[in-house]
Amino acid sequence: MNFDRLKEKLEILADAAKYDVSCSSSGGSRKNKKGALGDSSASGICHTYTEDGRCVSLLKVLLTNHCIYDCAYCVSRSSNDIKRAAFTVEEVVDLTINFYRRNYIEGLFLSSGIFKNADTTMERLVRVAKKLRLEENFNGYIHLKSIPGASDLLMQEAALYADRLSINIEIPTESGLKLLAPEKNREDMLNPMKYIQSGITQYKEEKKIFRKVPKFAPAGQSTQMIVGATNENDLQIIKVADHFYKNYNLKRVYYSGYVPVLEDTRLPALTTAVPMLRENRLYQSDWLMRFYGFKADEILDPHMPFLDLEVDPKLSWALRHLDQFPINLQSADYQMILRIPGIGVKTAKKIVSARRFQVLTIENLQKLGAAVNRAKYFIDFNAGNVFLRHLTDLNLKKLLIGGSTSKFQDQFSQQLTLF
Amino acid sequence: MTILLYDGSFDGLFTAIFEVFEYKFKDVEIISRERFHQENIFAEIHEVITQEAKSERVLNKLEENIGKSGIHELVKVFLSEEPDLEQIILSAVKQSIQYPKENILQNYADQDILRIAKICKSVSRERHRMTAFVRFEKMQDEVFFAKIDPDFNVLPLIRKHFKDRYQDQKWMIYDLRRNYGLLYDLKTCDFFYPEEKIDLNKYQQKFHDEEKNYQTLWQRYFFKTNIVERKNLKLHIQHVPKRYWKYLTEKNW
Repeated sequence: MNFDRLKEKLEILADAAKYDVSCSSSGGSRKNKKGALGDSSASGICHTYTEDGRCVSLLKVLLTNHCIYDCAYCVSRSSNDIKRAAFTVEEVVDLTINFYRRNYIEGLFLSSGIFKNADTTMERLVRVAKKLRLEENFNGYIHLKSIPGASDLLMQEAALYADRLSINIEIPTESGLKLLAPEKNREDMLNPMKYIQSGITQYKEEKKIFRKVPKFAPAGQSTQMIVGATNENDLQIIKVADHFYKNYNLKRVYYSGYVPVLEDTRLPALTTAVPMLRENRLYQSDWLMRFYGFKADEILDPHMPFLDLEVDPKLSWALRHLDQFPINLQSADYQMILRIPGIGVKTAKKIVSARRFQVLTIENLQKLGAAVNRAKYFIDFNAGNVFLRHLTDLNLKKLLIGGSTSKFQDQFSQQLTLF
Repeated sequence: MTILLYDGSFDGLFTAIFEVFEYKFKDVEIISRERFHQENIFAEIHEVITQEAKSERVLNKLEENIGKSGIHELVKVFLSEEPDLEQIILSAVKQSIQYPKENILQNYADQDILRIAKICKSVSRERHRMTAFVRFEKMQDEVFFAKIDPDFNVLPLIRKHFKDRYQDQKWMIYDLRRNYGLLYDLKTCDFFYPEEKIDLNKYQQKFHDEEKNYQTLWQRYFFKTNIVERKNLKLHIQHVPKRYWKYLTEKNW
């Protein structure tokens, strides 16, 4: 193996793959067969973190950055003058196995530029997974990026060897996609997803009857949207995510703040800052939908299509619905306790079990792990709560922002420090 | 005041706890021989001889009361190497004997129990980090070797994890601070305790021919997968505290 060439390829193809956000190794478990390599559990492990703070769990690379498409937002687009490279199947397998043996990674995340056509590309990705599983007896995690337009037959095979499959829908709106990726169409992205979804459902049915059914994409599907490359609003993004959770049973939707890397009149200028705070708010909204029982149109509505950057979406909702507060901790149901700003899922559960033994005070609440500096304005303790007089205060929002320090505070003050 | 001196082992500690009940000692302190410096000259010294039968009787009784998971929590406290670990564990055992029907480990209002919960959280965090941050280096003798230096003595807690994961390669994890390690030789996976400190510098020069190449590949990968425009060092350090850096391949180049 030519080490220098391999190193060069790895640099090019890791660099090109880094904008894909998904890197989790969770959701599937694969036990080591006796004497083989690898064992993955549902919780996953992050083996290191890059200097931008993202976790590294998988070897995330492209098979090749040669691409026949010319999507404006993508560094690998055909019209971009960059170094091109392609791994052989053997090279990817070798890197995965050797990194895994040294405990650098939990497995492989393999994506690719599209060469020749969808099926040729997909077939090559599947071949890597197949070789890892069948020839190397590898039980680590494999995430394959499905290629839009890939045939059902290839998707079927992919699902047998990979743990997770995903297709990035990239641009949240159809019109945005037309503008930035005129050669792609939404249907080509959705069809493989639909196929996998029905396969997973079928697997679950069969599993009830037969004990031994081959695993079928056990860690499910995910997708990703680029935020801030086109002028879609947050409401549209949240609606799209909601649609995927409801109709495709997706495990995760990822949001990727657009990093301006290309000069193009259709895109934000190169000097535009990465919308990190907006991305963060979108993730918070995503959590509200998946774990807090919020519906998409409760978080935002057409009168308010953008998320408040100053406060998190749950607090924002509470401030718009003061009529629903204060909430009595002794009597309110779990779903409502979850809606109190500063109280998360774990704390809400602890509250519901602890209140059976005693009447909870603000001190108890603090010990149970609530962010009392926010929660105290929204709770009616039986003993009375002095902070409640602020609930109708016009300045409640200011009071709340003043009582906490945001990790994004720098971003608010940036303009001032310029002068 | 009675001071019970034990050999520092887990069974030794539980033998001592058994004898606290057996001899109805009231005012006691359990100390491992290694850490014992006589300060209290009026204290009575009681030498404990480790007896598995006694230790097991305490542990069996405890398991009835607080379950396997409860025992596991006490093991974590033991491995935390906190200076007062004997006192906290004794306190938990006493409470459990007094209230056998309840899982006293959930009584977070009690100071000692809250300590146990906190220690368990720290030890579990360290355990998890050691499953993530161990970096193996392939040696000429085909053994994948890793050095660790965890704050808590978590090697016994990660044995199963690595045993399940790497069954077709020989590997060794060595705790530098405590001078002992784990060795898997394709058949068995056991602890070993070298008589003298291993001369690591000598051992480390015997890298397998391919080792440096894969280390370089990993370092380059780590560098290239970073998005410069999103730099966030504070978050980075929060996730990978600096004390681990010297053992991380990607941090040393």
